[in-house]
Amino acid sequence: MGLKRNVSLKDALRYQGQGPMLTYILHRIGGLGIVTFVGLHILASFLGGSFGSFVNTIYEHWTFQIVIFFCALFHAINGLRIVILDLWPKLIEYQREAIWIEWAVFLPFYGVAVLVIVRTALGG
Amino acid sequence: MAVKHRTLSLARRGFDFEIFMWLFTRLSALAMYLCAFIGLVGALIMGARTQVNFADLLRWSFMPDSNHVLMNTTLNNIANADAWASLFWKIMGSIFVTFATSHGLHGVLSVIEDYLKNPVVRRILRIVGLLLTLVGIAIAIYVVWTR
Repeated sequence: MGLKRNVSLKDALRYQGQGPMLTYILHRIGGLGIVTFVGLHILASFLGGSFGSFVNTIYEHWTFQIVIFFCALFHAINGLRIVILDLWPKLIEYQREAIWIEWAVFLPFYGVAVLVIVRTALGG
Repeated sequence: MAVKHRTLSLARRGFDFEIFMWLFTRLSALAMYLCAFIGLVGALIMGARTQVNFADLLRWSFMPDSNHVLMNTTLNNIANADAWASLFWKIMGSIFVTFATSHGLHGVLSVIEDYLKNPVVRRILRIVGLLLTLVGIAIAIYVVWTR
């Protein structure tokens, strides 16, 4: 067994997959972000003490919330698109249109959330 | 004239463990949407009298654990925890965390198998991931039921 790949990092970065590639990469980054966050969060709430409060101060910081909310919301909305297109394979023809709809749903929702997070951070 | 359907077994139609996990990932995503929706509706009903805020509402939708609406002292305006810590929400929380962790495990394994070539390393990481998932589910359910 063993896989053979002869694609260098430079070639990989130069690959222009456009919209679908971007959602794929963001889905992956978002998923790993959620796994890290949720894993540490569960561990912190289980252990408590100084480790728990240390981790919780990071989570409650507004910059972290902006990042993790991007991960969670994008993963959720992109995931719904993937589920719909995978379970009704005929729709795969309209993948690019689906991605535009996805951004149209994601951006207003995320924008409002970021607004609320920043406004809370500024004390109002 | 009766037509005989499904003469091929699942295995011979190509339904193996990987396909099962592929399907599981998609269906568990839908299940988590359902969980989040139930959580959102529940939070709106329970928080209506105390005007639950947007941050608490989102935290609750992502995971219906009573700490999510009670821990945060600066934003919190919920006086009584009883409704938020009921048996129903503990069961919902346990279901949610089980789906989320096993969905996450399959995601991490996909990433690992995309970037790591060595079959021994992959097998070790697969077992480590499975163990971490089981431990994660266990301590998460412990946290949900004991606080």
